[in-house]
Amino acid sequence: MAAPTPPATTPSQTVGPFYAVPGGILWDDGAEVVAADRAGAFVLHGWLADGNGDPIPDGVIEIWQADEQGRFDHPDDPRPESSGWQGFGRCPTDADGGFWFRTVKPGPLPTPEGATEAPHIDVTVLARGMLNRVVTRVYFPDEEQANAADPVLSAVDPARRATLVAAADDRGYRFDIRLQGDDETVFFAL
Amino acid sequence: MTTHETRSPAGLILPAYGRDADSHPKLNTPEYRSSALRYPKQPLQYLPQYLTEVTGPLLGQERCGEHDHDLTVQHNGEPLGERIIVSGRVLDSGGKPVPNTLVEIWQANASGRYLHQGDRHPAPLDPNFSGTGRCTTDANGNYKFITIKPGAYPWRNHDNAWRPAHIHFSLCGQAFTQRLITQMYFPGDPLFYQDPIYNSVRDEKARNRMVSSFDLDTTVPEWALSYKFDIVLRGPEESVFEDEEEDD
Repeated sequence: MAAPTPPATTPSQTVGPFYAVPGGILWDDGAEVVAADRAGAFVLHGWLADGNGDPIPDGVIEIWQADEQGRFDHPDDPRPESSGWQGFGRCPTDADGGFWFRTVKPGPLPTPEGATEAPHIDVTVLARGMLNRVVTRVYFPDEEQANAADPVLSAVDPARRATLVAAADDRGYRFDIRLQGDDETVFFAL
Repeated sequence: MTTHETRSPAGLILPAYGRDADSHPKLNTPEYRSSALRYPKQPLQYLPQYLTEVTGPLLGQERCGEHDHDLTVQHNGEPLGERIIVSGRVLDSGGKPVPNTLVEIWQANASGRYLHQGDRHPAPLDPNFSGTGRCTTDANGNYKFITIKPGAYPWRNHDNAWRPAHIHFSLCGQAFTQRLITQMYFPGDPLFYQDPIYNSVRDEKARNRMVSSFDLDTTVPEWALSYKFDIVLRGPEESVFEDEEEDD
């Protein structure tokens, strides 16, 4: 007898306009990846804009990252683990398209090919009008050497790399996301 | 979880998830008007699946209260509408269950109204129904919710537009790569033909994977009807065989 055909994946659908029902997928502390008193904690913030350059007030931004030493707490990471590290943040955009997270800069990571990834944060963008998520990455402006050697960033058209690098400011780092138009953020096929 | 592995000169062996872009709607779907200014026009950049992509937040039971899976007991009284059980399995595309993973849902009430300040549809709110739930899959990937069948509701995408009844699902799986937001529909809905969100999935077989099935075996007599909905997240990369037959 032939083996059963493995199941195909369930299609994505939009998060729609009403994900922010009370008690729903948003958590009060969703934006706080780390506690305020953690050494090196900063605010990563920005705004989400559409193709007209208008703010998107009904988006959800999620982030996922390693800890300061470049460690995760996950069974598929064969390296020593960072016990209790969550590394996950979720923040709805506000009326001005703004979002923020309190987090730390992740450490660099080894790749299976023997290269080193510069410190980066993976980002998921969800919103009404988007039938699937888009994915991007945040890199840091004070990591020039590491960024130049990063296998993902260095594969991006040099003219567009700046859209993936946050800007330092008085709160921490600013990272704006433009879904479309001039200075459209680089998004990835994962 | 072990999946298909790639040889690594650095000795770092990571799982590899199949790329499933064919399953999903295109971000640029003109019939869904809100998509017009919200899809990237530049081509997507290839992203290898490195450490950040094959790991993810292992959200589970700590996020769930005792009654979070039952949307009918979260208030002082019983919500109005048709009580239903929605259950199924979370699997990966290799057929393996995804255990201990968070499943979050949100939906309209029986009248087609969300408890959301942005919902202007003048159907009645139900003080006994807030319309959100969460639970964690068991060791075999099973999940179960008790809820109310949501109503259809009008929207302004096109003339006389109505969304078919649906429940929103959010899953993180075990890796950033597996993240999925989808909607579960009900079998035989007469509103499918005119819904650009449902029809944004062009392939009929793929569309059918978003439709639950009525399941008599799991109904509770004189108490609730029951719908089955299995959710399949990205799983191990398929091996490519050289003598693979063409699929007609």
